[in-house]
Amino acid sequence: MNDSFVTVGKPKRKVDGLAIVRGKPVYTPDYDMPDALVVKLLRSPHAHALIKNIETEHAKSINDVVDIFTFCDVERIAYTRAGQGYPEPSPYDTFLLDRKVRYVGDPVAIVAAKTEKAAKDALRNIKVEYEILDAILEMKEATKEGLPIIHDESECSGIYDKSRNIAAHYEMNVGDVEETLKTCDVVIERTYHIDTQLHAALEPHNALTYLDSVGRLTVITSTQVPFHCRRILSHILNKPIADIRVIKPRIGGGFGGKQSVIVEPYAALVTIKTGKPARITYTREEVSMATNIRHEMSFDVTVGATKDGKIKAISLHGVSNTGAYGEHSLTTFMVSGSKTLPLYNKVEAVHFGGDIVYTNLPPAGAYRGYGAPQGLFPLDCAIDELAYEIKLDPLELKEINSIREGETSPIFEIMGEGREGVPQTMKSCKLQECIDLGKNEIDWESKRGKKIRNGSKVRGVGCALAMQGSGIPKVDMGAATIKMNEDGSFNLLVGATDLGTGSDTILAQIAAEVLTVPLEKVIVYSSDTDITPFDVGAYASSTTYVSGNAVRLAAEKIKEKLFELASKYLGKGVSELSLQSGMIACKDGASVSLSELCTMHMYTFNQQQISESASFVGEESPPPFAASFAEVEVDTDTGKITLLNFVSYADCGVALNPIQAIGQLEGASMQGIGWALYEDIIYGKNGRMLTNDFFTYKVPSRMDFGKLTCRLVDSYEPTGPFGAKSIGEIGIDTPIPAIANAIFDATGIRLRHAPFKSERVLFEILNMEV
Amino acid sequence: MKITLNVNGKLHDIDIDPGEYLLDVLRRIGYKSVRRSCNSASCGTCTVLLNGKPILSCSTFAASVDGQSIETVEGMSDGEKLHPIQEAILEEGGAQCGYCIPGLIMTGEALLRENIDPSDEEIKLALNGNICRCTGYEPQNRAIKKAAQVMRGELDE
Ligand code: FES
Ligand code: FES
Repeated sequence: MNDSFVTVGKPKRKVDGLAIVRGKPVYTPDYDMPDALVVKLLRSPHAHALIKNIETEHAKSINDVVDIFTFCDVERIAYTRAGQGYPEPSPYDTFLLDRKVRYVGDPVAIVAAKTEKAAKDALRNIKVEYEILDAILEMKEATKEGLPIIHDESECSGIYDKSRNIAAHYEMNVGDVEETLKTCDVVIERTYHIDTQLHAALEPHNALTYLDSVGRLTVITSTQVPFHCRRILSHILNKPIADIRVIKPRIGGGFGGKQSVIVEPYAALVTIKTGKPARITYTREEVSMATNIRHEMSFDVTVGATKDGKIKAISLHGVSNTGAYGEHSLTTFMVSGSKTLPLYNKVEAVHFGGDIVYTNLPPAGAYRGYGAPQGLFPLDCAIDELAYEIKLDPLELKEINSIREGETSPIFEIMGEGREGVPQTMKSCKLQECIDLGKNEIDWESKRGKKIRNGSKVRGVGCALAMQGSGIPKVDMGAATIKMNEDGSFNLLVGATDLGTGSDTILAQIAAEVLTVPLEKVIVYSSDTDITPFDVGAYASSTTYVSGNAVRLAAEKIKEKLFELASKYLGKGVSELSLQSGMIACKDGASVSLSELCTMHMYTFNQQQISESASFVGEESPPPFAASFAEVEVDTDTGKITLLNFVSYADCGVALNPIQAIGQLEGASMQGIGWALYEDIIYGKNGRMLTNDFFTYKVPSRMDFGKLTCRLVDSYEPTGPFGAKSIGEIGIDTPIPAIANAIFDATGIRLRHAPFKSERVLFEILNMEV
Repeated sequence: MKITLNVNGKLHDIDIDPGEYLLDVLRRIGYKSVRRSCNSASCGTCTVLLNGKPILSCSTFAASVDGQSIETVEGMSDGEKLHPIQEAILEEGGAQCGYCIPGLIMTGEALLRENIDPSDEEIKLALNGNICRCTGYEPQNRAIKKAAQVMRGELDE
């Protein structure tokens, strides 16, 4: 398939690669603005409290402190930080500053100072008197009667049930699960719990704001969602969209953590109130405690099957912890079902539902996988458990019950994101190939169930299958504009947001492929709300598919335009023309190069700017698929788990840039591995996150795994740009279930609470021995 | 107070606060490749070479390195020509967001100056303090290995 392409499907170097390896100043903190005020936030030391009194006069009098703002100084406007399409399916439950604080770290006051030192001094000298309220620190407690209400304010909207701290609720049924279970030979009923996770992107959240020469607010920020950011700022600050410009430079990692509007409003407020440039940069501790974390979830899972392994009914009923605020609450929860349940499409009945509750813990938000890994853990492991119950190879059980090309699932139509979905039939699904190749690579047959021992150490293997999506169908829109220059080069302007994923590169590859020019002739400029067309931004695995299709359409329009102009110039019919290697040629030998064509249309003949725009909204969201395998070694003396090998094969359609695509699969797998084995968040008794730096919160390093083998299978998605679908998220779905299943294969211990700490394993081993 | 730093062979006379960290000073005088992530000696992003050895500039007082020689990634390429580690990172897909890359390149360079033929294990060990949250590490490790081969003259660039 790839051989017919010139630029796509090739491992091209990143278009921003040179700047990166040379350490060029391309990130937000690198923009010098010498007179920018330093913005710092005073944060609540209490998980739940009312501000009785706040005294800033003394702090304001400190030398170099410019101003301090509290809830008394800002207009009370409810909003959601969620960077989602409008209207957002998230409750409006957040205020820039409020009289009430709802988690340890909730902002209390905004300090603007000329120096960092003065800002810090001011923080120490603001006196706040709190009335401490009871706090809810356990999600399972949140809905109980008699507990404090976290969001009792009247201005909020979109909260499902304020009085019971339920931010959102969802429920859906296909068939009748209870009745179907009665017809099953085996029924597995379990509870699985999965803890939260930090994004830990290396570049902290930060933004720089200033008024331009005509007084418009300019915001340079490390965001995944520049256009949503502009819209939300306009709402919070009561400023027309026309008066705001959001620029996204390079981003030092996002993973969903920058899909919420977090730091921008504070700096923007300072700039508006003082007229001065302002810079806000979160410390690592603030990034950990006071941005977004992943939704902790717990699911009661029920799977019923016949004794020969036909899965007939699945139920997932759970609770999700959205923390103090509800951004992305409903949608992440729905994705736990919508991007896992269609995998097992041969069932007769499905139930999915539960509550997303408020607690006095840091707000959860978007995070790579967006709920899918939290849903896949119970689903995949329960099926694994069922396999042992009926004495089938778990891989075989998953294999025979999973979705294939040409098939569909009713879930696609029922469950979207915050609303109903769209029906779709799998036009590309190479799950079987992923299974076969991965199985071979890990040597499944000779390793499974063998419990190979070496002293106190025992080995095991586990597998998991996964799917994701490619954008939110009928919601996500991406647009591209292409304009031509007289040397035959093209400016590609996209709203899409490269957060390190390589999207600038693959979008340029798509344009270069259509226009038959070398990649160097496509100059990409992305994510500047004044200049580039709209795009929802980088999330929901949408960029390749949604923005990629927009670029392909724009490039095709340009190509048509070029044919039309060349036809007039050459005096030939359009149907006689072809475009190859930057030349338009007629069958009779007449030809004109793209640069000649553009030059004459700029200066001498039929003068005009050759430029076109196109938009794309997905009619469907073709899922990528993956089969992953883990091999672990467990030391039964200590409980220590060593990941020897992790193998993941994915079907992402045509990989437009194989190196970058595999990089996404590898990187997401590594984040999943970290979550499974090392990354553990601990809160103090007062709800304060104790693991808020890289010493206490352990992201995996180079020595923390044996081998990582990520590969792609041949596939072609007819609705994708040049056959592509997404790859950004899927890799994070499988490590937790695959590793849990491998630990079981090695030890006979079922770990139903992730992450899998050695202590938990040892505890189980000791329990077994008793 | 005043200090002198030799950065990538260029002398700088700089006014600093006695308590200022090298990271802040280097960024202030324009070496923006030196990046802050954890600010507490636990991620490697701010790595520079001090007299040829990797150090964490976020936790090194600028005053303590007065008069000494610092190297940053800005000094790695020879005009247009990239250093073999830079080339190999691009070639192997070792950079995604790129935020960790300058620190990684400097640590890799220090390793290869000491050991031009490191084993896989030696590479992992030397770079273990350089956290990358985007990649699965393998392409970066491969890149260092490849750069070493190029520098030994066994592989064309
Ligand atoms: S910023 Fe210096 S080690 Fe992290
Ligand atoms: S490439 Fe993003 S942290 Fe390494």
